[in-house]
Amino acid sequence: MPLAFVKTGQKVVLSSIQAGWELKARMNSLGLIPGIEIEVIQNNNSGPFMIKIKDNKIALGRGIALKLFVQ
Amino acid sequence: MKKIKIALAGNPNSGKTTVFNNLTGSRQHVGNYPGVTVERKEGKTIYQDYQIDIVDLPGTYSLTAYSIEERIARQVIIEEKPDYIVNIVDASNLERNLYLTMQLKELKVPLIVVLNMWDMVQHRGTEINIELFSKLINAPVISMSANKKLGHNNLLQLLTSETKTEGYKANLKMDNNIESYITKIVNKLEKDIPNARWIAIKLLEGDIEISKEIKSQESLNYVKEVLEDFYQKEGEDAETYIAEQRYGLISGICRKSVRSSIESRINFSDKVDMVLTHKLLGIPIFLGLMYLVFQLTFTLGDPLMGLIESAFGWLGGFISEVVFNSSGSLLESLIVDGVIGGVGGVIVFLPNILLLFLVLAFMEDTGYMARVSFIMDKLMNKIGLHGKSFIPMVIGFGCTVPAIMATRTLETRRDRLATILVTPLVSCSARLPIYALIIPAFFPAHLNAPILWIIYIIGIVLAIILAKILRSTVFKGETTPFVMELPPYRIPTFKSVFIHTWDRGGQYLKKAGTIILGISIVLWFLTTFPQIESFNQDYDLLTEQAYQDFITAENPDNEAYQQELVEIENMQQSETLAYTFAGRIGHFLQPVLKPMGFDWKIGTALIGAFAAKEVFVAQMGIVYSVGEADEESDALREQLRKNYNPLIAFSIMLFCLISAPCVATIAITKRETNSWGWALTQLGGLTILAWLITTIVYQSGLLLGIGIG
Repeated sequence: MPLAFVKTGQKVVLSSIQAGWELKARMNSLGLIPGIEIEVIQNNNSGPFMIKIKDNKIALGRGIALKLFVQ
Repeated sequence: MKKIKIALAGNPNSGKTTVFNNLTGSRQHVGNYPGVTVERKEGKTIYQDYQIDIVDLPGTYSLTAYSIEERIARQVIIEEKPDYIVNIVDASNLERNLYLTMQLKELKVPLIVVLNMWDMVQHRGTEINIELFSKLINAPVISMSANKKLGHNNLLQLLTSETKTEGYKANLKMDNNIESYITKIVNKLEKDIPNARWIAIKLLEGDIEISKEIKSQESLNYVKEVLEDFYQKEGEDAETYIAEQRYGLISGICRKSVRSSIESRINFSDKVDMVLTHKLLGIPIFLGLMYLVFQLTFTLGDPLMGLIESAFGWLGGFISEVVFNSSGSLLESLIVDGVIGGVGGVIVFLPNILLLFLVLAFMEDTGYMARVSFIMDKLMNKIGLHGKSFIPMVIGFGCTVPAIMATRTLETRRDRLATILVTPLVSCSARLPIYALIIPAFFPAHLNAPILWIIYIIGIVLAIILAKILRSTVFKGETTPFVMELPPYRIPTFKSVFIHTWDRGGQYLKKAGTIILGISIVLWFLTTFPQIESFNQDYDLLTEQAYQDFITAENPDNEAYQQELVEIENMQQSETLAYTFAGRIGHFLQPVLKPMGFDWKIGTALIGAFAAKEVFVAQMGIVYSVGEADEESDALREQLRKNYNPLIAFSIMLFCLISAPCVATIAITKRETNSWGWALTQLGGLTILAWLITTIVYQSGLLLGIGIG
């Protein structure tokens, strides 16, 4: 399931990133690797996403949230 | 004296710049890397008998080739071979920050790790065993609290001691599986290639820049085979695998050397974010804050402006009297009206501009600015721009030039160009003097702030509309993904806010000192020559007549007499000015200016405003001959009130807001887009737009009878 469908307040685990090497490298450098726990801080069903991984807050565009697959 | 060179590497928000400022103080130099538009910050410091040259690398999360910043950081490390790479790490956010450290280790550079924000770590009750940490990460490690200026001496001592980083050369090994792939590729590379292991890792990661440097097609084909083989066997690409390995190493190191007493905390930042980034409240709060900022800028700035005004007035008067004996010579006019009047007219607005920069620096350093990008991303997306386009636009409130430079964070040219073209519509501080002059002259005090606010909002709305049009025509296509770290809220240090403000204020002053001084002289020339020799009317005679009428009248009306004198003088001035080059250009433009309600005097001032927006004020001063000794803006306001109505005043502001960006903006647009075409498109397009909108507003105002009384 893409991260974009996860509701505010839920915690999920990242399983894969479906993107090119550049975006992947970018995600990796921010700590987004398979197996990491993601807490969705804000998902307003439109507009950007706010997530938290290991106390880091990251803002993601909705487009990216569709490319991150979680369990 | 011995010399060493170090480079500071670290994530954005790791406090790297604070460390740099603390180490170098004022001995800094900011330039550009050749060929690209990334800032290069250098400085030096003297410690004992060492001179330490410091390069502040661009803040990066990693050393891939994802952005220009990362490529530059990589290039400096590899090509300039600094004696040490000092990796500034935010110790309160250790695991994420160490990702870069891992890559620096892979590069086998002489590395020193600085655990910054040590005070925060201690405050939280986290314990880091530095000795063990250093052993595990295999590099010398020291702690630092840069914002409290603690720990710099330890760093300097380490840099200049004999221990050095020998003995810390060994790699941090990943698991056998990936290491065997790395070895396979290393064996295939040329024998004497430096950094072979690093290059092998980069090739496995699929780094395009590094692939380009590999000459042998055979090797590249081999890498391709290996990558395919890897994916078959592991069911995952090597890039992700390597990232996981790095984080695996990091979490191993942290597990052994870091003890955290608190598991998780709903921290202060989360609570603040609940309000500031609220889906409904976020934007209204931001707009409200901006409104307060402007209100504050005016309230605090006005008294200071008064002081500077008097100082320049006094200076002009003093030079006039003492140096020139008030002779009225051309040289006196040049110095007093042209130079002092022109530059003074710009410096007068420095308090307001510094206050605005101060608030912007404060917003940036607290972390609020990143939230603004976040809350604006949705809106920005709707108009086809990127959340990140918003920051350049906010900086545009200060000055369009750094704003256009700030578009470099945008990753695609399409997004960048669209942002660059619309940014001049965000009202920069150079336009503030124009509003500051005009608004109090035509509108009652309680309307001053609202009108200013409306002008800014108009700029923003126009930028939005224009962006939308551009993105659905010339720059069609997907927007690039929005990814941004939201750093925890921090109380900024006085020093960093001050340096920020001073940097930008300095840029403004430099402009005032150079471009505007030059322009003031040119404009003075244009408004002084050719000098009229014979007037249409004999003004001396008119004055004499008025005087005769006054003293022979039965009920002499002093007020009417004074007014008549002023009118005669104005007529004479007008005729004098009309004869000059500026007057002629203004007259020549009159057919175009008239639909907007402008006369040729405004036209001449607009010519100046093209050079730099704030020159408009100085130029109006010269046009109305109030640029002489004891110059007070009030005198100019008085003249404006006499000659124009509020509708024209509003039209002037509107035109200045939208029209041709200043010369510096055109120049920077040319540099950043590497094309005169885009620079000239921006210039022509915005001027035409300004004319259209101002004409519509003025004509509608006339029809409806608004503001013409």
